[in-house]
Amino acid sequence: MTKSALVDELLARRAQLSRRQAELVVDTIFETLSKALAAGRRVEIRGFGVFGVKERGPRQGRNPKTGELVHIAARRVPFFRAGEELRMEVNGRLKRGGVET
Amino acid sequence: MNSINQRVGLAKTQAQDLVEVVFEIISERLCEGERVKVSGFGAFVVSQKRARRGRNPQTGAPLVVQPRRVLSFKPSQLLKELVNSGKSW
Repeated sequence: MTKSALVDELLARRAQLSRRQAELVVDTIFETLSKALAAGRRVEIRGFGVFGVKERGPRQGRNPKTGELVHIAARRVPFFRAGEELRMEVNGRLKRGGVET
Repeated sequence: MNSINQRVGLAKTQAQDLVEVVFEIISERLCEGERVKVSGFGAFVVSQKRARRGRNPQTGAPLVVQPRRVLSFKPSQLLKELVNSGKSW
């Protein structure tokens, strides 16, 4: 599903919106989320999950092509963790964890 | 949420409803195993994991982790850059 299909589906479910409004709603949601993440904030969407930012320390890496050592600076990476409910649903409501043998 | 009220010119309760519907749609698609891509933001991807042997991290007892589907999020290049663009922390 792409963003435009998401807009279509939103329109199908909320017919009072104009297409322009539906587009604006979807764009605004993800822009607002992006800005919050850029500011280092954590955002929880109930029933869906949590978006946040993780800090990664600097490390030595290697250029995989040349094998040469390179310094990788500390950086921040966005992450998403699905909420319990969504995780279960995606997994077809199967029991989590494993079976002891 | 407030930015939706302002930008789309909607009442707060309506904006809240719309945010819920958007994430509901995304959740439903993911449950069907579909990938949901929001350009400029990232993609939500469901992947199938095979059964594997693992251990209970608390007791150390060996167990079989059942095959399952897991959801992951791949941030877009744009979002990765945005998150790093801020002043240093």
